[in-house]
Amino acid sequence: MISLTDQGFDPGPLLSGFCRGRAETGAVASFTGLARAEGGETKILELEAYPGFTEAQISAIAETAMTRFALHDLMIIHRIGQIAPGEPIVFVATAAAHRRAAFEACDYLMDYLKSRAPFWKKEHGPGGARWIEPRDQDHEDIARWA
Amino acid sequence: MTRVLLFGRLSDIAGWREKSLDPPPARLSDLRALLTADDAALGEALAAPGVQVALDQVLVRDDAVLSARSEVAFLPPMSGG
Repeated sequence: MISLTDQGFDPGPLLSGFCRGRAETGAVASFTGLARAEGGETKILELEAYPGFTEAQISAIAETAMTRFALHDLMIIHRIGQIAPGEPIVFVATAAAHRRAAFEACDYLMDYLKSRAPFWKKEHGPGGARWIEPRDQDHEDIARWA
Repeated sequence: MTRVLLFGRLSDIAGWREKSLDPPPARLSDLRALLTADDAALGEALAAPGVQVALDQVLVRDDAVLSARSEVAFLPPMSGG
């Protein structure tokens, strides 16, 4: 399941629901990304998406991950709109027969969401607003999967 | 009519997020020239490295022919999660 939402979400029930009813899945891994306050520099994080295109690009990333890691299932929930520090921005869960594939798929999906999924992030703070672009680290992270 | 969409910092530079151009430009390169003639700062930002173009929600790398009802989106470097 892939979903963009402008509402806050609780990762706990999402993970419980994702784990339910699986007889052959030996491993579920999950990742939750939270908005950081950056020592008071970020009051609000604003996430912009391109409706339709963003979902389609994430679906393509998800399909690649399903095949590459032989996943049984995955879940991606991503916030859009205004997000306060401490709130979850992204939740990813992966289900596989064994742990290594579940861990790696989660890591892979997050690397792709960080710099290949059509989102644009603006930080609003006391000094004004600024757009966040991928860091060198994000590019190095994604290069690991080439 | 061509629908032009700007995302991220590009819409801040232009001061708009969405614009319809009628008559539609024949090619993507014509659209770029039109936008640049109108706003040099935007033209420069659109040509910056890392800015991708989606034509009717499909990424295109080169120049492309626009139809009468194309949607062209300019996408600065993406940053999710």
